[in-house]
Amino acid sequence: MSQAADLPLWAAVPVALLLLLGAGLALIGSLGLLTLRGFYERVHAPTLNTTLGIGSILLASMLFFSVLQTRFVLHELLIVFFMIVTTPVTLMLLTRAVLYRDRREGNAAVPPGTPGAGESEE
Amino acid sequence: MSAALLTGAVLIAQILLVVAMGCAAFRVLRGPRAQDRVLALDTLYVNAAMLLLVFGIRTGSTHYFDAALVITLLGFVSTAALAKFLMRGEVIE
Repeated sequence: MSQAADLPLWAAVPVALLLLLGAGLALIGSLGLLTLRGFYERVHAPTLNTTLGIGSILLASMLFFSVLQTRFVLHELLIVFFMIVTTPVTLMLLTRAVLYRDRREGNAAVPPGTPGAGESEE
Repeated sequence: MSAALLTGAVLIAQILLVVAMGCAAFRVLRGPRAQDRVLALDTLYVNAAMLLLVFGIRTGSTHYFDAALVITLLGFVSTAALAKFLMRGEVIE
């Protein structure tokens, strides 16, 4: 933490708050993953990590390095863009695969597919 | 003042993220079915990327950012591949 002494207080306070917010949201999302019952409830919990949690930590990182190096350090926007694009894609792929498996096994908890809606899965 | 504030915040954030990774790892080990394990593995990847970013703030070097970027890329690819495997691999044929 040698560089942190150079950081003025007006930048250190938002960085600290954003770090705590992001880590707390990550913990809440993972606890939801642990405690919720059933896959379809559980798939909602990690979206807290992948949107606001990692977003606030990346914002803290951007603010920290921008103030420290007195220039704009914006590499982190790459991760932001990438997470925004890929998270819905992966979770939709996973949920559709699970729904397909449950229907294939005749699971009673899943509503049956409407005719003509499931052919694209094949 | 600001150094003490940042040190405390980084330490607390690291502890919270490690606990979150522990929860996700417990779900990976325990998960009743394969899809729970895949979902927990995806969460574990995201938590690891966040932990690496906090390490980068702690040490003041931007090299950890590249590791976080690689982890998010690999997490996307592995989760997409595992979802494809769940759909095609076991149930059909």
